Amino acid sequence: MKINVPHIAKLANFPLSTEELKKFEIQLEETVKHVESLSTVKTNGIEPTSQVTGLENVTREDVAKPSLTQEEALSNTKSKHNGMFMVKGIFENEA
Amino acid sequence: MKYKAIIGLEVHVELKTNSKMFCSCSADYFGQEPNTHTCPVCLGLPGALPVPNKKAIEWCVKIGMALNCDTPLFSKFDRKNYFYPDLAKGYQISQYDKPFCINGHMTLSNGKKIGIRRVHMEEDTGKLIHETVDGIKVTLIDFNRSGVPLVEIVTEPDFETAEEVKEYLQKLQQIVRYLGVSNADMEKGNMRLEPNISLRKEGQDGLPNYKVEVKNINSFSFVGKAIDYEIKRHEEILESGKTPTQETRGFVEKNSSTVSQRIKEEASDYRYFPEPDIPPIRWADREISKLKSQIPELPDEKLKRFIKDYAVTEYDASILTKAIEMADYFEEAVKIGKSNNLNAKQIANFIINRKQDINNILPAKLIENILEATKTEKVSETELEKIANEVLSKNPQAILDYKNGKENAIMFLIGQVMRQIGKKIDAEQIKAVLTAKLK
Amino acid sequence: MKLNQLTLKQAKEGLRKKEFSSLELTNACLEEIKRLEPKLNSFVTVTEETAIEDAKKADKAIADGVDLPLLGIPLSVKDNFSTKDVRTTASSKVLNEYIPPFDSTVVERLKNAGMVLLGKTNMDAWAHGSSTETSDFGPSKNPWDTKRLTGGSSGGSAGSVAADQTIAAIGSETAGSIRQPASWCGVVGLKPTYGRVSRYGVIAMGSSLDSPGPITKTVEDSAVILEVLAGKDELDATTSPKPVTDYSKQLKRDIKTLRIGISNEYFITGIDKEVEEKVKEAIKKLEEAGAKIENIKLFDPKYAIDVYTIIQRSEVSSNLARYDGIRYGNTREYFGEEAKRRIMFGTYALSSGYYDQYYNKAQQVRTVIIDDFKKAFEKVDVIIAPTSPSLALPVGSTKDTSMFGEIADVLVEPSSIAGLSGINIPVGLSKSGLPIGMQIIAPQFGEEVVLSTAFEFESITKGEDWRRLKPQL
Repeated sequence: MKINVPHIAKLANFPLSTEELKKFEIQLEETVKHVESLSTVKTNGIEPTSQVTGLENVTREDVAKPSLTQEEALSNTKSKHNGMFMVKGIFENEA
Repeated sequence: MKYKAIIGLEVHVELKTNSKMFCSCSADYFGQEPNTHTCPVCLGLPGALPVPNKKAIEWCVKIGMALNCDTPLFSKFDRKNYFYPDLAKGYQISQYDKPFCINGHMTLSNGKKIGIRRVHMEEDTGKLIHETVDGIKVTLIDFNRSGVPLVEIVTEPDFETAEEVKEYLQKLQQIVRYLGVSNADMEKGNMRLEPNISLRKEGQDGLPNYKVEVKNINSFSFVGKAIDYEIKRHEEILESGKTPTQETRGFVEKNSSTVSQRIKEEASDYRYFPEPDIPPIRWADREISKLKSQIPELPDEKLKRFIKDYAVTEYDASILTKAIEMADYFEEAVKIGKSNNLNAKQIANFIINRKQDINNILPAKLIENILEATKTEKVSETELEKIANEVLSKNPQAILDYKNGKENAIMFLIGQVMRQIGKKIDAEQIKAVLTAKLK
Repeated sequence: MKLNQLTLKQAKEGLRKKEFSSLELTNACLEEIKRLEPKLNSFVTVTEETAIEDAKKADKAIADGVDLPLLGIPLSVKDNFSTKDVRTTASSKVLNEYIPPFDSTVVERLKNAGMVLLGKTNMDAWAHGSSTETSDFGPSKNPWDTKRLTGGSSGGSAGSVAADQTIAAIGSETAGSIRQPASWCGVVGLKPTYGRVSRYGVIAMGSSLDSPGPITKTVEDSAVILEVLAGKDELDATTSPKPVTDYSKQLKRDIKTLRIGISNEYFITGIDKEVEEKVKEAIKKLEEAGAKIENIKLFDPKYAIDVYTIIQRSEVSSNLARYDGIRYGNTREYFGEEAKRRIMFGTYALSSGYYDQYYNKAQQVRTVIIDDFKKAFEKVDVIIAPTSPSLALPVGSTKDTSMFGEIADVLVEPSSIAGLSGINIPVGLSKSGLPIGMQIIAPQFGEEVVLSTAFEFESITKGEDWRRLKPQL
């Protein structure tokens, strides 16, 4: 089986160099091979467990509480304008 | 060649909860200063965790119930993974294979049942604003909307025309307003519409092998235009022997057309998996019944009841039941009117014909106004006789008309008498005097 | 004895009796940090100024008669716990300049309990690893042999405790990240039940696995800190509402009623002979003290490597999606190789067409492992096994391996996958003078029996020579 590494890199939002793609292809294949051992464990009819706590129906009441200030919200960004986060124009980028 | 349109619809309804879906930030973000309604959770800061809003979940279920859905007892949240600058966490918390509501329907006025495939809960994204700053095209992001509760309602591809879609949307808007769970204000983006359209040759079965989705439309009339545009576009492509491309398109307001938006299309492998940060939801039967009992009488039933109970026309009933506030107001007024010998029809007429401002006139005051408007004053027999004689002498033509069988002429004469008296008096009394004289 | 060498209990006692001040205690730690950091690299950030301020405040509070469980106690905290106004990097350059505007619940509770924060400890970047070699700030060195690794991912925390740079530390474990470095550094590392301690504000790795916990010099110290950390948090929906025990008051128990399970599957091929010997000796000592030893058969832990790799990397791929450089931090190019590798695999495992084969299958085997433990715990109260199959490995060991961390943690992964409670305690030193640790595993919310068993071992081996040895630095 061949892994479509460029496609995976795109999904993962990593712009990878050809060199990196090659390396990851080898390593991904290795890992895939390793985890293949699971196929020998019989799991017919066994429910998957995605959470171990057994908790259910954990919700909060609909009460609004104070938010961060605009200054706090923007305090860690490198690029802002008029109280907003700023990125390169999206449509120009991708079209 | 004749074609039949096959149209399905996804509608996102923004709920009007106090707080956001997974954090305690105020959800009342519209028109606020940018990035003033955020916290570590809805900004997607490292380590922040979501805790779901109970009311939002209940409201989602109520929408489903109002659309005749089943509500499975087990449900859960999932992560939908994709990258976009308005999506703080790099995934949207949504629902994949266990939505809150499934298998509902809505009946249109032509009797057609539109299937509701699912109603599920998710969170809104931030807002992108495209601008030019210092000569460079940039995109600005405001996360105030990030994490506001959204309910997504997905229909089966059961629509055939833009009109059916528009009726469905109007009814849906009316229902969520009846439930009091959303303002459903199109201008504020409380309802966002995504039709998917394909065409099938008349007489063929099954779904076509393509589907075009038009994204994020915010008006009913634009949805209609987008659908009509797409139907025409597909027809032309099909006529030329080709198949339209399966894709996502955007609506262009200025010429009522659509354009391809392939950008988002490429990476649509959402890698859904169960949200590990939120334990699943399991309903007890009594909780479901409790929510069901809280569903108010819905527009269709109310309309039927009004026609039956209040003997109003279907037209009047539809106006009175359009908004639940109006319907409640009317019923309150009817109750008060009853003890004042006013019937429902009189009240309905007054409200509708005189366009009463129900927000500023209390029902009791309305009844007073109606009584005032219909009140008559007494006038002495001699004065009435005198004025009747004067009017008759001035209007020989009307007398002639009356005698020639034109019943309407008497109404004209009554009006003249009233005008001369200058008071509101019982028309029947005037009529009696005049007919006696004209005999 | 220098103040920084004190255990938490001793430090509390001394502060209470006013034998020394929190400022003196804090300064002793800060000096040791300064002296040893060039050799050890336990810390990413040292918060000297605020530590001194906090110590002074604590001294004032002590003078005013305030009594809090950690009042004036200097602690080091792993750098994946958000600390308000203090840089929090998870040892990744992606977050090189990130300063959280909020405290993680763990840090908030520690602050409310009176702690003095010394600094943020080094770790594998994003907690991806068992060595700290994936840290963008260089590996931490093992105090017992600075040519060797501390283990990880909470390597800086474990190292700082072993080297007496701090009184105690906070770490977090996804599978092994507390117990394994504690084992390699010869300290106590408690991994609480998943859901016992809030994850809010802890930079997420594997969301269904992450468990914050203490790394300390003694078992009792771990109990004291767990009391502060444990309990329901309104900000973490996966925390349990179960009431919190007074763990430090429940340490003594009747050893004769204790049933210990031993499973051959955990003494795997390739295990270091000295590790095997010392752990078996330790079990013998508990048996001699009166505990009942039962041989049990457990599901082969080798499958846990694959279950853990799939679940953890899938969750990682989603959890690290938020780092896009827009709202904070640097762009995704700044991710190190290990993070990229894990994200890539996780993305692949969740991608269309592979979900059932990988993620769903792993979650099914997870159920098998959970049920296997449940069966075992019908017969025994705790399971004892080696924590790590090896002694601390030399610096550079992880180079060019694509699954180092996941394979190194084979013996701790099954219990992590099942969300159980566990602890590492030191059981002795190798001939080469490196620490050896053993783990005690109990069911979910079994912290009490985990701690009391560990305490029992600590008590019966109190007089042994190796306990008096300290790293020579």
